Amino acid sequence: MSLRIFIPRDAGAVAVGADEVTIAFEQTAARRGLTLEIVRTGSRGLYWLEPMVEVATSKGRVAFGPMTPDDVASVLDAMTADGPHLLRRGVAEEIPWLKRQTRLTFARCGVIDPRSVDDYRAHGGYKGLERALTLGTDGILADITTSGLRGRGGAGFPTGIKWKTVAQTSADRKYIVCNADEGDSGTFADRMIMEGDPFVVIEGMTIAGIAVGATKGYIYIRSEYPHAVEAMNAAIKAARKAGYLGEMIGKSKHDFDLEVRVGAGAYVCGEETSLLESLEGRRGIVRAKPPLPAHKGLFGKPTVINNVLSFAAIPFILAGGAKAYAEFGMGRSRGTMPIQLAGNISRGGLFETAFGVTLGELIDDIGGGTLNGRPVRAVQVGGPLGAYFPRALFDTPFDYEAFAARDGLIGHGGIVVFDDSVDMAKQARFAMEFCAIESCGKCTPCRIGSTRGVETIDKIRAGERVSENLAVVEDLCNTMKFGSLCALGGFTPYPVMSALKHFREDFGPAPTRLQAAE
Amino acid sequence: MKSASEPWNEKRTAEIIAEHAGLEGATLVILHALQEAFGYVPEPAIPMVADVLNLSRAEVHGVFTFYHDFRHEPAGRHVLKLCRAEACQAAGGDALAARAEARLGIALGHTTADERVTLEPIYCLGLCATAPSAMLDGRIVGRLDEARLDALVAEAQR
Repeated sequence: MSLRIFIPRDAGAVAVGADEVTIAFEQTAARRGLTLEIVRTGSRGLYWLEPMVEVATSKGRVAFGPMTPDDVASVLDAMTADGPHLLRRGVAEEIPWLKRQTRLTFARCGVIDPRSVDDYRAHGGYKGLERALTLGTDGILADITTSGLRGRGGAGFPTGIKWKTVAQTSADRKYIVCNADEGDSGTFADRMIMEGDPFVVIEGMTIAGIAVGATKGYIYIRSEYPHAVEAMNAAIKAARKAGYLGEMIGKSKHDFDLEVRVGAGAYVCGEETSLLESLEGRRGIVRAKPPLPAHKGLFGKPTVINNVLSFAAIPFILAGGAKAYAEFGMGRSRGTMPIQLAGNISRGGLFETAFGVTLGELIDDIGGGTLNGRPVRAVQVGGPLGAYFPRALFDTPFDYEAFAARDGLIGHGGIVVFDDSVDMAKQARFAMEFCAIESCGKCTPCRIGSTRGVETIDKIRAGERVSENLAVVEDLCNTMKFGSLCALGGFTPYPVMSALKHFREDFGPAPTRLQAAE
Repeated sequence: MKSASEPWNEKRTAEIIAEHAGLEGATLVILHALQEAFGYVPEPAIPMVADVLNLSRAEVHGVFTFYHDFRHEPAGRHVLKLCRAEACQAAGGDALAARAEARLGIALGHTTADERVTLEPIYCLGLCATAPSAMLDGRIVGRLDEARLDALVAEAQR
């Protein structure tokens, strides 16, 4: 009797015991004289079921979770006998939470062995690159434009235009830079794909290199992601060995190679120009734009800088999927978005779906409300710089423009759920405090405004001249929003102002009629 | 277990700098490597880095002090990092951070008097769907509750 089982090595699964479960499987199988082949995969993103273990059967891969080492013996019984078990979830792809998703970018994540080029190829990998090599620059750019892909880092800038700008420049060197400085709380899609399907990022960057004529790429990964750093480095090595990185990639005339660089704990380095400074070995101080990185980027050379998810979307698009990709979504938001459900949520994880799904569907229906069963009071969408939404706005569709129309942003697609015990004045203070800690210091609105913001919100929370101080906060927010050099200072007002607007009752007594009349 | 750091010495520093000096934009790479070896970035290493990379001391000092990761002095024997970002706040992280501070008798950002444990905030480990999260000497832990936190603190104190 032999079994083939799959256990994630994803950091999110490891943090809740995937390694311990793996050891228990090895030991139990050895005791029973059972031959066990264990494949360490990425995560499927069903984090409430992690550690989720799958076993290959004639019906497909049957999932069990959430596992603890104590469950291993009985689960192994159920696996060998194909019998029932309390933790048995059925065939993984048939689990409703996964089945209702549209997995284009994350199709392989949690399925394949992230260390194996062969496994990647066996699941459709490198088809995009093969086609890109036959298309050349114009053909690749046409596909990207057709797909309607917009930068997944948060700004939503059309990827086709960005690449075209770099392709049209002439320079002795050009660079491809992958922004893997995923610092937003509530987001983990970049981490997941780097750990679960790193070759898709490599393939996307390689295609970018061919499209614009760059031969060198950097992946800037935050230091808080040691597992992703390890996974990317291992994948780069494997890709080189298989002839997919280095000289004459895929037996073509193109050279392209990649290097991982590790950040050092500065949130602002997720801002593209600050990231470029950091890559150059300097303080992560934001650059004024123009010049755009597309013209003068890394080391002053034309540079394509995109988020991990943007690059990861490319192979599907280039493998003949441009039109299909564009057919998903709504309005000007085309394709799918890997949405991340986090915080106090019953069924948290990665949910890739077409744009247009409403916030309410995501929180109540898919996420199942809060984990502790208390009512949902607020959700923050788009990381520390994203707005807090009350239940009244749960009909907002997930779409760049729809969120902007309601003074919010979708950012990198993270949603953090808070229950009714949340103090929104405290959250507003935290937004200002975080900005003060992480500000690069170049522009005054961000550097000084955030510190003044903390002080002023402290006064409000202490009940000191509440209405005057609220006016000060509003004024500060306006100055930061319109006067800051980058999104750190410019977007910190989103969480602050949304907390004030939708949860005014948390900021001390409302003005009396007399004060209001003044 | 955290890997034991070697005591600072000039020769080893020069070797580490030389090993990476040829890279484009090498400063951060070198500072990371120095910290990896010594557990912190020793002050006398700064002018050595500047010299090899043909930068001013101020420039290297600026980089060293800009980033939260780089240590100016050795940390405690164990480093316990608690995620303090929004997703972990939403899942009860504030109370757990207060509990860790009380158990260790220090505030976040400090090291116990016996130099055993350094307690630090971290802003997001990307484990937001299994919050609250922590990291003990590079080992990540999710779904923290009081019992799991107490176990981590006890492990760090050993």
